[in-house]
Amino acid sequence: MFRPSNGMSRRRLIKTGMAGILATGVSPLIFSKGAWAQEFCNNPTGATVTFGLNLPLTGAYAEEGADEQKAYELAIKHLNGEGDGGLINVLKPTALKGNGILGKKVEYVTSDSQTLSDVARAGATRMIERDGAIMITGGSSSGEAIAVQSLCQEMGVIFMAGLTHSNDTTGKDKRRYGFRHFFNAYQSGIGLGPVLGKEYGNERRAYHLTADYTWGWTQQESIKNATEALGWETVQTVLTPLGAGDFSQFLTPVLNSGADVLILNHYGNDMVNSLTQAVQFGMRDRQANGKNFEIVTPLISELMAKGAGENVKGIFGTSNWHWALQDEGSQAFTRSFGAAYGSPPSQAAHTAYVQALLYADAVERAGTFYPPEVIKALEGHEFDGMGNGPTLYRAEDHQCMKSVLVVRGNENPTSQFDVLNVVQEVSREDSTYDPAMFGGDLGPAEPAPLCT
Amino acid sequence: MFEVIFLQLLNGLDKGSAYALIALGLTLVFGTLGVVNFAHGALFMLGAFCAVAFRRLLTLETVTLDPTRLSPWGQPLEVRAPVVQAWFGDFGAVLVNYSVPISLLLAIPVMLIIGVAMERGLIKHFYKRPHAEQILVTFGLAIVLAEIVKATFGPNPIPQPMPTDLRGAADIGAFFGMQANVITYPLWRLIYFVFSLLIIGAVFAFLQFTTFGMVVRAGMADRETVGLLGIDIDRRFTIMFGIAAVVAGMAGVMYTPLLPPNYTLGMDFLVISFVVVVVGGMGSLPGAVAAGFLLGILQSFASMTQVKAIVPGIDQIIIYLVAVVILLLRPRGLLGRRGMMEA
Repeated sequence: MFRPSNGMSRRRLIKTGMAGILATGVSPLIFSKGAWAQEFCNNPTGATVTFGLNLPLTGAYAEEGADEQKAYELAIKHLNGEGDGGLINVLKPTALKGNGILGKKVEYVTSDSQTLSDVARAGATRMIERDGAIMITGGSSSGEAIAVQSLCQEMGVIFMAGLTHSNDTTGKDKRRYGFRHFFNAYQSGIGLGPVLGKEYGNERRAYHLTADYTWGWTQQESIKNATEALGWETVQTVLTPLGAGDFSQFLTPVLNSGADVLILNHYGNDMVNSLTQAVQFGMRDRQANGKNFEIVTPLISELMAKGAGENVKGIFGTSNWHWALQDEGSQAFTRSFGAAYGSPPSQAAHTAYVQALLYADAVERAGTFYPPEVIKALEGHEFDGMGNGPTLYRAEDHQCMKSVLVVRGNENPTSQFDVLNVVQEVSREDSTYDPAMFGGDLGPAEPAPLCT
Repeated sequence: MFEVIFLQLLNGLDKGSAYALIALGLTLVFGTLGVVNFAHGALFMLGAFCAVAFRRLLTLETVTLDPTRLSPWGQPLEVRAPVVQAWFGDFGAVLVNYSVPISLLLAIPVMLIIGVAMERGLIKHFYKRPHAEQILVTFGLAIVLAEIVKATFGPNPIPQPMPTDLRGAADIGAFFGMQANVITYPLWRLIYFVFSLLIIGAVFAFLQFTTFGMVVRAGMADRETVGLLGIDIDRRFTIMFGIAAVVAGMAGVMYTPLLPPNYTLGMDFLVISFVVVVVGGMGSLPGAVAAGFLLGILQSFASMTQVKAIVPGIDQIIIYLVAVVILLLRPRGLLGRRGMMEA
């Protein structure tokens, strides 16, 4: 039997040796390759992985929320290898295999954010803590997006924003764990300004009615800057509460304000109501300053156009995407969505679907669900085939850089879905801006917080 | 400046019309039955959904597939044909166009039945219970009704177009010989204002000039004595609850072109209507109507940019601010009666 000369037993020697190894810090070098695999929030250890869908199913933006839910369900089907595969077939490059994510079947939980930031944050917390969501996605309001994005940074869970258009989402409130595919108010201004100048001339007086929260403020600022650069004068800017319903008391002062353009910085049901009521006030039949009175809705969607009916005809706005685009990706998504639900997808549905796929693709490329590695895979990622042409997920602010659409309410619709026409596609180069322009700090990816 | 003030005044009267109509019904219930009915806003919402249901019935369509035309997703195009127009031709088109005012004919009996059923089925069991319990049960009922509507019609607002002839704005200035296009106001909003005056006038006339109304007013003043005279006052009060429901329902029907209704419509109006009732004086019908119009006008003027430049955000709090001031100066409200909720 081996017995050291100092009388130490073999067992004691091994114990001492191991203690020495651990104490000298060698162990991290031995185990570091997979150490983080166990050390992050909601690491999926079973055969499934859960997405947390935070959707405004009630409230001012409920219609967008319902369409987003359909899109997420479709995306999850496609990720799991069901259906026709949708955009997985056209995404370039892609690591997606149609067998879930890293071989795990994708499941989902939902929460109704009620178009309220505090409810959205509470819902996201619940889905992370109770349901073990690996990623949170959805929302149709920038207020929600910013609140949830901040929470996700604190909890170490990636947030793939749904419809959010405020400059602040990837500006002063940007977060390392938050990513936005949707365009923003500044890009709306870049796209819409020249078209408004061409259509309505350079001598106009604009009156803004603006939703009183982050999105409204930044859109008003962006459109005001874009129109004033044309030579327009801003007569008045008025903030209106989100979900006001009846806007008549805000519309009445517009009539004799000297303005000849009304700019409605509203979205969802608010825009449907304010536009409908503005038309009821006879604003589209008026003359002011010797010109036809015009209404502009800088951000508009097919759902809103459908809700506003006749009133939207001829009205200019911008969109992130439109189902009638002729590229392969847009056509593939419209086919899949239409076959599943009997109507073409909205821009909210499109961005939701794309975000789900981009997250899954990033995980596949990273080879892990560990958020800091997934973040690295998304940052600076170039892809194509998702309906907006070649797109860059910019590393500096997590904003997607891609083309932007200027649209107009269709004067002669051929079907109930044919409500908006694309009048101009603003290229990615033209809609790109300095990522430092809106300030903010992404913050760190590591150490990845643990959602305990 | 005159036209600006005049337009805000019109807007205030228009907003006040809805407040006054809802507050009138609330006061009728409180004045007769002594019940604080938090489900009254839900009755306004149910009325609005009578219009929605009626229009859905009128716009039922037959759907056929046209294999020669494809949808954007490559399936045979659905061709929809309205049934009512197919059956009745031009008359069917008129029915659809005027669906909102015509649905008043549906709303009146439906709301009367709902009101009477509500009173007999639930609220009568709470007459002798404390006001807090009445509030709880009626608030619970309001939530249940809202959820039923949400489950049936979905969460999104459902636009109800006004008749094509009544769209657009009326040139009031030109009507009074002023310059054209200076004072214009949406025609339907003017119709709503006149409609509310007619309903309010009808309720007051009913109470003032009919035997039934006289008995009800006597019952409101002294229920026990009227009962001792052998009059079944409870039955009359049940009918008054039904009438209050009809008033709320009709107000809801006519409001649908102004604001597409969804299940939250009742709650949106309820809080403000209670403030109106309190400001007007609990149990006072003229007080409710006067306070409704007064608060509507104040809210409208508070939204003027010139006013908000002096006190930012005043439009959001003006109603509650006025309520506080009036209750401090006149604790029973503007026209409140002694003894109401003062036991």
